[in-house]
Amino acid sequence: MAGATKLMNLTLHVWRQKGPSDPGRMVEYKATNVSPDMSLLEMLDVVNDELTEKGEEPIAFEFDCREGICGTCGLVINGRPHGPNKAATTCQVYMRDFTDGDHLYIEPWRAAGFPVLKDCVVDRAAFDRIIQAGGFVSVNTGNAVDGNAIPIPKHQANLAMDAAACIGCGACVAACKNASAMLFVAAKVSHLALLPQGEVERTERVRQMVYQMDAEGFGACTNQAECEAACPKEISIDFIAKMNREFMRSCTLSQKSRGDSGGTG
Amino acid sequence: MKLESKVPGGPLASKWTRYRSEMKLVAPNNKRKYKILIVGTGLAGASAAATLAELGYNVHAFTFHDSPRRAHSIAAQGGINAAKNYQNDGDSIFRLFYDTIKGGDFRAREANVHRLAEVSVNIIDQCVAQGVPFNREYGGTLANRSFGGAQVSRTFYCRGQTGQQLLIGAYSALSRQIGLGKVKMHTRCEMVDLVVVNGRAVGIITRDLVTGRIEAHAGDAVVLGTGGYSNVFFLSTNAAGCNVSATFRAYKRGAAFANPCYTQIHPTCIPVSGDYQKKLTLMSESLRNDGRVWVPLKAGDKRPPEQIPEGERDYYLERKYPSYGNLAPRDISSRAAKQVCDEGRGVGESGRGVYLDFKDAIARVGEHVIREKYGNLFDMYAHITHENPYRSPMRIYPALHYTMGGLWVDYNLMSNVQNLFVIGEANFSDHGANRLGASALMQGLADGYFILPYTMGQELASVKKEEVGTDHDAFKEAASSVQQKLDKLLAIRGKKTITAFHKELGKVMWDHCGMARTAESLQAALRRIPELRADFWQNVSVPGQGNDLNPSLEYANRVADYLEFAELLCLDALQRNESCGGHFREEYQDNGEAARNDAEFCHAAAWEYAGPDQPPIRHTEPLVFEEVKPTVRSYK
Amino acid sequence: MSTMTAPRPAARTNVAPLPVSTLAAKYWMAITGLLLVAFVLVHMAGNLLVYRGQDALNGYAKFLKGMGPMLWIARGGLLLVFLVHIGLAFRLSRRNRQARPIGYQVERTLRASLPSKYMLLTGLVILAFVIFHLAHYTLGIVHQVPVKDPQTGGEVMRDMLSLHDQQGRHDVYGMVILAFRQPVISLSYILAQLLLALHLYHGASSMFQSLGLNHSRYNALIQKVGAAVAVIVGVGNVSMPLTIMLGLVGQGYQPL
Repeated sequence: MAGATKLMNLTLHVWRQKGPSDPGRMVEYKATNVSPDMSLLEMLDVVNDELTEKGEEPIAFEFDCREGICGTCGLVINGRPHGPNKAATTCQVYMRDFTDGDHLYIEPWRAAGFPVLKDCVVDRAAFDRIIQAGGFVSVNTGNAVDGNAIPIPKHQANLAMDAAACIGCGACVAACKNASAMLFVAAKVSHLALLPQGEVERTERVRQMVYQMDAEGFGACTNQAECEAACPKEISIDFIAKMNREFMRSCTLSQKSRGDSGGTG
Repeated sequence: MKLESKVPGGPLASKWTRYRSEMKLVAPNNKRKYKILIVGTGLAGASAAATLAELGYNVHAFTFHDSPRRAHSIAAQGGINAAKNYQNDGDSIFRLFYDTIKGGDFRAREANVHRLAEVSVNIIDQCVAQGVPFNREYGGTLANRSFGGAQVSRTFYCRGQTGQQLLIGAYSALSRQIGLGKVKMHTRCEMVDLVVVNGRAVGIITRDLVTGRIEAHAGDAVVLGTGGYSNVFFLSTNAAGCNVSATFRAYKRGAAFANPCYTQIHPTCIPVSGDYQKKLTLMSESLRNDGRVWVPLKAGDKRPPEQIPEGERDYYLERKYPSYGNLAPRDISSRAAKQVCDEGRGVGESGRGVYLDFKDAIARVGEHVIREKYGNLFDMYAHITHENPYRSPMRIYPALHYTMGGLWVDYNLMSNVQNLFVIGEANFSDHGANRLGASALMQGLADGYFILPYTMGQELASVKKEEVGTDHDAFKEAASSVQQKLDKLLAIRGKKTITAFHKELGKVMWDHCGMARTAESLQAALRRIPELRADFWQNVSVPGQGNDLNPSLEYANRVADYLEFAELLCLDALQRNESCGGHFREEYQDNGEAARNDAEFCHAAAWEYAGPDQPPIRHTEPLVFEEVKPTVRSYK
Repeated sequence: MSTMTAPRPAARTNVAPLPVSTLAAKYWMAITGLLLVAFVLVHMAGNLLVYRGQDALNGYAKFLKGMGPMLWIARGGLLLVFLVHIGLAFRLSRRNRQARPIGYQVERTLRASLPSKYMLLTGLVILAFVIFHLAHYTLGIVHQVPVKDPQTGGEVMRDMLSLHDQQGRHDVYGMVILAFRQPVISLSYILAQLLLALHLYHGASSMFQSLGLNHSRYNALIQKVGAAVAVIVGVGNVSMPLTIMLGLVGQGYQPL
């Protein structure tokens, strides 16, 4: 690493909103003497400490693991969800990715399905409800056969893993001009549809998840691939095509049987 | 205080099977009458919540995260152990049991560890059935790799994201139960106190993190799956939100805290690079399968790594531990790294770092193979350090990673408080003084899927069901004490930030109670911590209000607990006059290797809270080894 | 029992529901879009007969007219397809706007193609054009064309729909030539066709994605086919007004 690093000064424009019903506005802050090796979130921590010292309320934003896997963090930085880096989350943005004197516009995810709770913190419970609608295999603990009983071709397991890598951060929604959740839902639908374990409920799963996605108020897909470009796990829009196939298949195949019963659910 | 381990009789290998078929059951139609409060929805909590709901219990689950999928279990990279012996390399349940007991430096309860090894095989099957996309061989069978402290290949993995995939498996099982209305999920809801009436856990107090509302929840049992306390050291590989509050509040309500001094320092983390840094990033131990650890032979050699010829490098792990080499267990690798850095042979700007070199592996199998195995880890390293690990070696240094200590539990995973169960990293049970790699995921899921769902029934059926409503005085007292504490924090309006206190505490802990501890250093820490705590309650600045989303208040509340808990940790470390696993006392060593004292310390130490400003009381549970003989732990 | 039958929570937002799911809406957009592309291509192919002369084009027109009820069924179907495409487009874009009630201070895209950002706009212009086009040629509402009087050399106005060729057929060829000799008409046709090409540039490949007819092996090909359709339609349809306006085609044509 470089020895003597030049410190940077930046101007921040941050979305401040007291609560869900507050209209909110952009507020300007100065970030001074920023080390290029700092992460963006560490820089915001410093700004927050300064605000605290001045007796002002710090900027609320979310983070947890700070290594790009938990999916908690999420800021739109200069119009790009998770900032300027490819295949990275907000917590993986470093100040060296900007230049001295830059203006940073920092905003929350914008979607009807993700209401703002405070400042840059949004409520992503819609994603949980979509999973609750069908993003699982209905297998109770203790029912499993041996792990090697069903061989799965390596490339298929790999493809399922590509889809399963989704961290549920919501950047796809934030990036889409329609605030569409297609990439998130497609990743889960594809992950399970690609595996023999997910085969049994394949038809019903995609229906339930798509209906829930619509009920949550996300927009439709216009095939611009902005979600794929923003996704920190580089999940491909080919999975959206796969979900389109899966859903079409379910439209033609789905039969609701009213006669079934039993099971503890 | 009575510490009754409740380990069933009979031969070790059949204890669990026999116990399971003899234990008391709750009738199916009665299960829904039992309300179970599960705090924490990581691997242990989510798997327990899902399984208990499947069985018919009325489950309420709580997490301070916005979703159960965020728990820090998600960050586990390398894998999960299971004694499947798919590789035909001589693995067995006994071998996994033995490796784990030995890895824990003979400081864990034999029967618990054997049970863990037994159910490990079921976990893999269960996860596969849930759709966890484990790595596979070309023939379609499950792939394995090796991990530290084992000479067999028994680790199952999903690229470098095993914890994520296992958590998503448990999360999806939990989500299914939420969708069915069998689990009521409370997100952004933090447990702030435990309610105990007549020695029995009857509920919890929570704070709604969005509205700030303090709420009381009554239940027939409380399950804590709230993780570990590494963040008491400020810098650790844990997520920012990880905290000790739930287990520590339970301790203050009467649950015994066992072996807090057993902390694991992971050898392969990215070194600290500035004082603004808030967390450290782990590089999976699996990297040591292919990476070679070295430092320059000569102290003060500041040449770039490429310019140091082979002859002037010291591959110290291979030299000191030839039979395990770079896969020596974590505690041993960490201490070895500290030693070479203390000798002035550390690398990087700070001199606190060693190389993890993939040059040989890349030459042997090609860059594409390394990329396929560890691509995401290499990317993560590049993101953080701005260096290309395919070209030059990684620099790594040990960092706090996992805590083996936790609330004391018996064989039924119940604490000394009736109907208070503790699972996963939050309890003390299975890893002794040091945890082996790929064992945390195993333990979390074992507890949640396959152990607690049985043992809880045994306990619930053993005592008479009593309804204690939230109108009971104990709930009111707990809620008002929580409210008072929060109000007090907000009223201080001092000049120092919360982070400043946390950072200072972390420095005290790392310097005095870190990789190497002495009686002197621990006494120094025990003098400093109360001062810091007093300063905190005088001068901390907590902005904002208590009635809305206020991350500062949440943080201050957690740091307040660290400031008390740190003292307990140091006290435990001071009292344990031996070195074992992650607990290394410089006074007790044998040529740089930990020297255990089985005559005096072959026990678990469980601390009882004795009231404010009273020294806690140390109780012991003797560890009885029937099957294995504690030996000097050698990886040479 | 399938466990996926739990009651779903109701929508928590003010986003208006569609008559079908968003996915199905996009299927219909794609299917109707595909039919419209087919129509555009066939229509263009027919029109290109203008280059083969009066006889070819008028013969083709007579053949179409001779189809009788079939023609009306086809026209009715086409109208229906068109209305579904437009109706859903309006519903979808309204929903999509509602899904993001507050926009960003800094708007930026990384991958979206230019045409994909203006589908509603290009679509609206195409709609306006289609109405004009129908008024122009089919319904004959705008039907007066200036014709050079061979005797006086001055201009007289003629009714396009009254033109006939020597065999007594409806003189479609004449209509095309005379109309496109007027620069205002030609330029407006050219503009509309360029926008149609833009619309197709996104639409013709996007429909494959919407219908799930997508595969990593063929994605590049699908993109190319989509672009090719757009270019072919653009070049083909622009060429006619352009060449006629410039006098390269039908220069010697004189109506009877």
